[in-house]
Amino acid sequence: MSETKSGGLMGWIDDRFPATKMWNEHVGQYYAPKNFNFWYYFGSLALLVLVIQILSGIWLTMNYKPSGAEAFESVEYIMRDVQWGWLIRYIHTTGASAFFVVVYLHMFRALLYGSYQKPRELLWIFGCLIYVALMAEAFMGYMLPWGQMSYWGAQVIINLFGAIPVIGPDLAQWVRGDFVISEITLNRFFALHVVGVPLAIIFLVVAHILALHEVGSNNPDGIDIKKNKDENGHPKDGITFHPYYSVKDLVGVAVFLIFFSIVLFFMPDFFGLFIEPPNFEPANPQVTPDHIAPVWYFAPYYAILRAIPDSFGGVVAMGAAIAILFVLPWLDRGKVRSIRYRGLSFKIALMIFAAGFVLLGYLGTQPATELNTLWSRVGTVIYFGYFIFLFVYTAFGMEKTKPVPERVTMK
Amino acid sequence: MNQDGADTSRRRFLTAATTVVGGVGAAFLAVPFISYWRPSAKAMAAGAPVEVDISQLEPGQLINVSWRGNPVWVFRRTEETVENLERLADQLRDPDSEQTQQPEYARNLHRSIKPDVMVLVGLCTHLGCSPLFRPDSRPQGMEREWFGGFFCPCHGSFFDLAGRVYTGVPAPLNLEVPPHYFIDDDTVLIGEEEGAA
Amino acid sequence: MRKFLLTLTLALMPGLLLAAPSGGNYMSANVDPHDKQSLQRGAKLFANYCMACHEASLMRYQRIGQDLGLSDDLVEQFLIFTPDTQIHDVMTNAMTEEDAEQWFGAPAPDLTLYARRHGPDRLYTFLNGFYRDDNQRWGVNNTVVTGVSMPHVLQSLQGMPEPVYEESNGDRVLVGTDVPEEAAGSVSQAEYRAMMRDLTNFLDYVAEPVKAERERLGYRVLIFLFIFLVVAYLLKREYWKDVH
Repeated sequence: MSETKSGGLMGWIDDRFPATKMWNEHVGQYYAPKNFNFWYYFGSLALLVLVIQILSGIWLTMNYKPSGAEAFESVEYIMRDVQWGWLIRYIHTTGASAFFVVVYLHMFRALLYGSYQKPRELLWIFGCLIYVALMAEAFMGYMLPWGQMSYWGAQVIINLFGAIPVIGPDLAQWVRGDFVISEITLNRFFALHVVGVPLAIIFLVVAHILALHEVGSNNPDGIDIKKNKDENGHPKDGITFHPYYSVKDLVGVAVFLIFFSIVLFFMPDFFGLFIEPPNFEPANPQVTPDHIAPVWYFAPYYAILRAIPDSFGGVVAMGAAIAILFVLPWLDRGKVRSIRYRGLSFKIALMIFAAGFVLLGYLGTQPATELNTLWSRVGTVIYFGYFIFLFVYTAFGMEKTKPVPERVTMK
Repeated sequence: MNQDGADTSRRRFLTAATTVVGGVGAAFLAVPFISYWRPSAKAMAAGAPVEVDISQLEPGQLINVSWRGNPVWVFRRTEETVENLERLADQLRDPDSEQTQQPEYARNLHRSIKPDVMVLVGLCTHLGCSPLFRPDSRPQGMEREWFGGFFCPCHGSFFDLAGRVYTGVPAPLNLEVPPHYFIDDDTVLIGEEEGAA
Repeated sequence: MRKFLLTLTLALMPGLLLAAPSGGNYMSANVDPHDKQSLQRGAKLFANYCMACHEASLMRYQRIGQDLGLSDDLVEQFLIFTPDTQIHDVMTNAMTEEDAEQWFGAPAPDLTLYARRHGPDRLYTFLNGFYRDDNQRWGVNNTVVTGVSMPHVLQSLQGMPEPVYEESNGDRVLVGTDVPEEAAGSVSQAEYRAMMRDLTNFLDYVAEPVKAERERLGYRVLIFLFIFLVVAYLLKREYWKDVH
């Protein structure tokens, strides 16, 4: 790639700051496989939602008051008295759920096409860290409206720390900064939600993208496109991100925004899943709502927590469910990446895993009846079973793979 | 990848079309974010017109009311002070209220609807300090003709009892007369013109 | 493209499956934030019958006028009864929580967000659910809130309904209410239900005043986004001729 020095303003800047160089490295001359399918929209969409959340979040901060006496009313003040405040707030609440929809689909893509396998282990780990940071961000953000669900949801989650032997109670108190959840807790969560965690997420997203561009994008065939290069040294199966994927992602953005707007303008509560009805009642430490359910995106892990009869055991299982994602690249010893060329058992196992995750998500929002607990245990076994199966299946050479083509296929 | 079949003019047209449609969308999206900074319903309620009862207001007396968070003065001039207003013209920067510092109905010699009742926003037109009411005593260091008025301690501007600024002081304009009208003889409403809803 | 939309719909399925029904066996209030006539009638009912005890402390009178097409003068004439209350004030009353505790045994809840918290159908059923019960402090009970601590303030309209029981497995089960002729109020039962629907509609509006506006705006945004989608898709198709 020869870089001719241009004159004019751009040349002046490039002599002092690598603007053109960075553009070429990450956009203009970044070669991505040409066979990306539907599942490959969610990376750029996640970035879009991040920008949406940061912008709407900054605007909300201008009128939100992080105090026990005023938080609830200040949110309604934004909804009623501030010009267009309702729109900004609904953008933020819808965006929170949209973030998890997009991220879950993005992660599932990685499972489908083995995008976590060598050499993308670190890329995957950065992604997992983003996911964990996102959960922390969402949890703390959910507390800010200071409604009944905010309060009691936080109460339950923070008490999870209390289940840890020996240090638990002190740890929970340290997190709260008080004997109960109070304005003190609200204030520190506010600080972390608007400054601390977003900074960490932005840093991790940059690392995630840099790692991606270092090793190159995977694709639905799981082939390394860098093996086949043309006379200019460009991958034969690659196309530059700009303009080909920038225009393609624009279509994805349009479709995403249509779905986003349908929720935002016509069903912002989304049947009580995105904004839960008890949160329209101010936080009251004396009265617990009849039924506390976590927001939908935490529900699968909450179901795993409740599946274990021992409270500390439940916390461990919940932590393990997230921790196991980090070591996935070393559990899967498969010779091929993409589900297209993997053994039948893998395909079945992944589908069962996906169904189990959805089942856990459903159960997490339901009351803990005996039957539901039983199903939660089934779901928990499926969840962990998938990872154990994957290791046994691949490490002992039981997988019969199909031949992987030399070049990518366009479907 | 080959661009042999590329129809460049179609490409340019579609790129321009997408940019324009996207730009229009971005512009519309900016509206809520900009409007969000305008006064909220609560701020408007707090800044709503204020009713002032002037039945107890004695000649020479000034009361300070808050309208939109700013000090507004309502005071009753004595007959003598009203007469004195005419005698100051050569001392003032804008004796005939040519600058739009008052509603049309207060653009007269006494800058008020009724000659005796004066309504003024109590902020100096220089840098926004609130001047002091000096109905008779001459401010220290002031050597000009004086029939009572206002003195701004921040930068030494002074105004007569119609809020008109003297020449040779930092303040450039007369004090502002807010929109107001008399609901009846004893009540003045500050912040709204007569017949405005 | 078709596959794309299909998959996205599938992706949203878990969410739709999770969507729990609001629960309870409630009458349908069939609220409509676009029905301004109904909302205006509901506002009048609220001001006349509810506001002596209940507040909507986050709702401004002026906003009601703007949204429901009433001039400030009309709002002052028909909705504002408390002295020294201005058009831009919120809908509060003079009753303190302590007074309410003393008079009714419980504070009267603020109704600003009630319909969003409990759903309009529950509210509508509650308003239609009063019946005579001489064991209660105020002589009435309610099918939705058993042992309700508020009197039947709408008795002059509805009259005083008697409970209707049915035998089921040897138990007496409350199945509904009926107003005997001698206890009838000033309006018919159908009229009363229509009035309660107006009141519910109004309280649903109060819980989210922007509902009608956001739906109106939503259609415009969607039309714009479809135009953007078409242009973006044409652009994508044009560039991707290089790739195939």
